[in-house]
Amino acid sequence: MSGAAISAENLVKWFGEGEARTVAVRDASFAAEYGEILYIVGPSGSGKTTLLSMVSGILKPNGGSVIVEGEDIWGMSEDRIAQIRLNKIGFVFQDYHLFPRLTTAENVAVPLILKKMNWNQALNVALEYLDIVGLKERAQLPPYKLSGGEQQRVAIARAIAGQPDILIFDEPTASLDGDTGRKIIEFVKAKILNEKRCIIIVTHDSRIYEYADTIMKMEDGKIIGFEKNHAYEK
Amino acid sequence: MPGILKIALKLLINDRSKFTALLVGITFAVFLMVMMTSMFSGILTRSSSSVYNIGAKIWVMDPAVNNATSSIPMPDYVLSAARSIKGVRYAVPLYFGTAQVKLKDGSYQAATVVGLDDATLYGRPELLEGNINDIYAENAFIVVKDAEYDKLGKPAVGSEFEINDHRGAVVGLAKVASSGLFGIPTIYTTYSRAITYIPSTRFTTSYILIEPGSESDIPVIQQQIGKLGYQALTRDQFVGKISDFYTFKTGMGMNILLMTTISFVVGLSISGQTFYTFILENLEKFGALKAIGAKSNELIAMILFQASFTSLIGYGLGVGAASTFMILARLRMPDYAAQITFVILGFALLMVLVIASVSSYIGVRKVLQIQPFDIFRG
Ligand SMILES: Nc1ncnc2c1ncn2[C@@H]1O[C@H](COP(=O)(O)OP(=O)(O)O)[C@@H](O)[C@H]1O
Ligand SMILES: [Mg+2]
Repeated sequence: MSGAAISAENLVKWFGEGEARTVAVRDASFAAEYGEILYIVGPSGSGKTTLLSMVSGILKPNGGSVIVEGEDIWGMSEDRIAQIRLNKIGFVFQDYHLFPRLTTAENVAVPLILKKMNWNQALNVALEYLDIVGLKERAQLPPYKLSGGEQQRVAIARAIAGQPDILIFDEPTASLDGDTGRKIIEFVKAKILNEKRCIIIVTHDSRIYEYADTIMKMEDGKIIGFEKNHAYEK
Repeated sequence: MPGILKIALKLLINDRSKFTALLVGITFAVFLMVMMTSMFSGILTRSSSSVYNIGAKIWVMDPAVNNATSSIPMPDYVLSAARSIKGVRYAVPLYFGTAQVKLKDGSYQAATVVGLDDATLYGRPELLEGNINDIYAENAFIVVKDAEYDKLGKPAVGSEFEINDHRGAVVGLAKVASSGLFGIPTIYTTYSRAITYIPSTRFTTSYILIEPGSESDIPVIQQQIGKLGYQALTRDQFVGKISDFYTFKTGMGMNILLMTTISFVVGLSISGQTFYTFILENLEKFGALKAIGAKSNELIAMILFQASFTSLIGYGLGVGAASTFMILARLRMPDYAAQITFVILGFALLMVLVIASVSSYIGVRKVLQIQPFDIFRG
């Protein structure tokens, strides 16, 4: 079941220059395996989002590399990286970033359309994924007519519609109440995670720690330790 | 349509209020630009209406003439000299002047009087009623049935009026290609009758009309006439001279240019501003698209498509509104001088494309600047 889906080696990122320079991530190395849910946890400002962004190909590091399928993505052209994001990585943003002017189904179809699937086919596939997240009957509504938890599920459907190997969640439960948050992660663990997929979740919501396979702790830009969640496996 | 453009379209038109504001801005700008330039074009055409209507190939005149209606009479020797130039098939005099016509009800109306060469009637109009040879009858006049016809009391063939204490009899009604600019009716008679009925200066020939043997004779004719101290212009040159006069010497051209520029700037700022706000409001969404894996040129295509789609619709609406306005205006005012030409349509399209390009340039710059990382950080 194992093998690294994605690995980071000695990632460094700083912002600003000279006096104003703040180092957001120092020398971070880790690997996320297929079939696991990896949590990145730590206090606010510890560099979680910065690290996640470098790993997922949207923020260029000042040093180090990110290996996907044996290749360093940061050695590639911008368009190649975009291509990798489109085909290999699914994003669930903290505030979802759904398109209010599109229907729920069209929102889910966006990555498919970017992959040049034709419109009708993309919408059909989108319906299948909306079905998986239990929102098929909401397909024609604009996302703002849905509740927060439902929007989160639409965002998940959009993230998985392109069948990515790696799913990235940034603070997925931050704007949900405790119960809804737990249900979403439970759902992700049961229905979205599989042997060929790796899920990385950034959070500081300790109520959902129990669903992690590995918890990676950060502090002040450094990775300070890993913890395997044996309790859950039992 | 590629899916990505369909998304772009939906993002645009499903935002009803912004889309409407964009359309209003562009439509308004196009409407104003088309109205301004059409009005000017109409005025220019009408200012040269006599030149078009008479249709001679070459016009000989005093170099100081810059407007068909204000001719400067030429001495008779110019006509004989013109007739002896090699390459001139024939040359005839034309009388062009203004007279007061006294109508049946006793009121006066100014009219343009065109006196055609007795022998050839060169420059004669097309008749709607009557026979051209009746122009030789006693006191005969032919009235042009244009927008000004009503001002002579809608005279029928056989009716009469007084012109400078002479009797005038209407023997025909004529049709002309273009109405005049000055809002006064036109009547045709023979050259000899015109100069006897209308008090004139020592010289009576307003213009000499020349029919050249062939096109290639024209430069020689122009040169020879030039040597006499007069000017021979082809029809298009004369029209050009008149247009230049109105455009550059009357302030009219400057005004129209100014108004057109203002319409353009107003349209550009309304649409540019609205499109910019639209892009700003959607910036996060474009950032999310970028994060998901849209390439830069796909985002550019989306913005260009949105801008050109809006512009072309606005262009259509603006041209439609201007045409409708002109049709309605002409129903109420037969004299309303405005004409939409292909040049104007092309010009307005060009201006709209400039608006679209400026707007999309701003949008594209913004969208390319956005970092997906900023979306991530929220
Ligand atoms: N664009 C930026 N410009 C300047 N500083 C930044 C920027 N992004 C992040 N930082 C800084 O980097 C550090 C880590 O930020 P971040 O990765 O967002 O932390 P976390 O997600 O753990 O809360 C913080 O000190 C933050 O202020
Ligand atoms: Mg963060």
